[in-house]
Amino acid sequence: MQDSNWRILTRPLIDENPLTLQILGICSALAITTSLDTALLMSVVVICVLACGSAAVSLIRRQLPRSVRIIVQITIIATLVIVVDQILQAFAYELSKRLSVFVGLIITNCIVLGRAEGYAMHNGVVASALDGIGNGLGYALILIIVGAMREFFGKGSLLNVQILLPVSQGGGFEPLHLMLLPPSAFFIIGGIIWYIRRKRPQQVEEAEFTLRPRRQEAE
Amino acid sequence: MNALFELLLRSVFLDNLALSFFLGMCTFLAVSKRVDTAYGVGLAMLVVQAVTIPLNNLIYTWLLAPGALAWAGLGEVDLSFLRLIAFIGVIAAMVQVLEMTLEFHVPKLYRALGIFLPLITVNCAILGGSLFMVERSYSFTESVVFGFGSGLGWALAIVMFAAIRERLKYADIPQGLQGLGMNFIVAGIMSLGFMAFAGMG
Repeated sequence: MQDSNWRILTRPLIDENPLTLQILGICSALAITTSLDTALLMSVVVICVLACGSAAVSLIRRQLPRSVRIIVQITIIATLVIVVDQILQAFAYELSKRLSVFVGLIITNCIVLGRAEGYAMHNGVVASALDGIGNGLGYALILIIVGAMREFFGKGSLLNVQILLPVSQGGGFEPLHLMLLPPSAFFIIGGIIWYIRRKRPQQVEEAEFTLRPRRQEAE
Repeated sequence: MNALFELLLRSVFLDNLALSFFLGMCTFLAVSKRVDTAYGVGLAMLVVQAVTIPLNNLIYTWLLAPGALAWAGLGEVDLSFLRLIAFIGVIAAMVQVLEMTLEFHVPKLYRALGIFLPLITVNCAILGGSLFMVERSYSFTESVVFGFGSGLGWALAIVMFAAIRERLKYADIPQGLQGLGMNFIVAGIMSLGFMAFAGMG
């Protein structure tokens, strides 16, 4: 409550990023990032659902009995997701086909439920909506980085605009096919986490025990 | 029969929900610290998956699919937009029922599963499995096989992953990559391994 609105909005970007620190919502982040346009679309959808969902949950938080809260939250989220799904099918049918089941899976995307349960249940409407947008942006940030890298190295294009000409069309770029396959998403996100934790060592989780340093190598 | 067996193999290995569709990743990464807990979650997942997918298949074919209500004289009604909410309801209800049944009849298994059973409700692999079942329009028999196979595949993946993580504790990993970062890389390498099954189909 005492945090300024700006802080609520920007904190989840890197310091408390939902993907790299809270381990929330990883499934969709890995699966739909083979190209930048699906990653962008997914980000927009998740930001909308998160902001509306958090605001709605926060709005009824005083009336909501604790015992049924999960079901109510899931129903709210599911309703929002169905609306978004229908809108996408009406206006962006091609893209929604490529997202396939992952629009539906926003319901069980743990970011949405996690923020509703962890933040919106205890905070005001405006703060909750901002928190939703902030977390959505943090999610979008990682998604866009991963999507851009996978599309660029896998196809030599960004947003379907060919930037590097592949060898098959007479250019000098050999598409890295691995980037379009599932494992690359793991590697890229692992690398991003590594980078963030290099910069912010306080994010590294406590090891259960430390190894005895090797001789000579102790820094 | 042959086609069904092929579907089983496909859903366990090649189309592994955890490693090639990244479903249930949060649970996969969060509760795989030890092999025995991973075994518990895997088992819970297998049971829930094998029950809910065929059940959702029945609900979809007889109630929600376009033209499914023909038996009630409502042939032109298309309720397929309700499938998300119907599936998640079925899953939540099934988990609840399963919890009560197990507690009453098989208390030993119930205690072994512990907290993981309720957690499964929000596991995207279950909902994802049901949605894939709709998208690929499986018949009832196929959905039984698919439910069992995909649950088994997920359980297999998490147990293997937990076993690797137990060994990784003794590895000298660079600062910053320890913990979550390393888990991602390991999962990536495992996923590469599972892709090698592509030649089996």
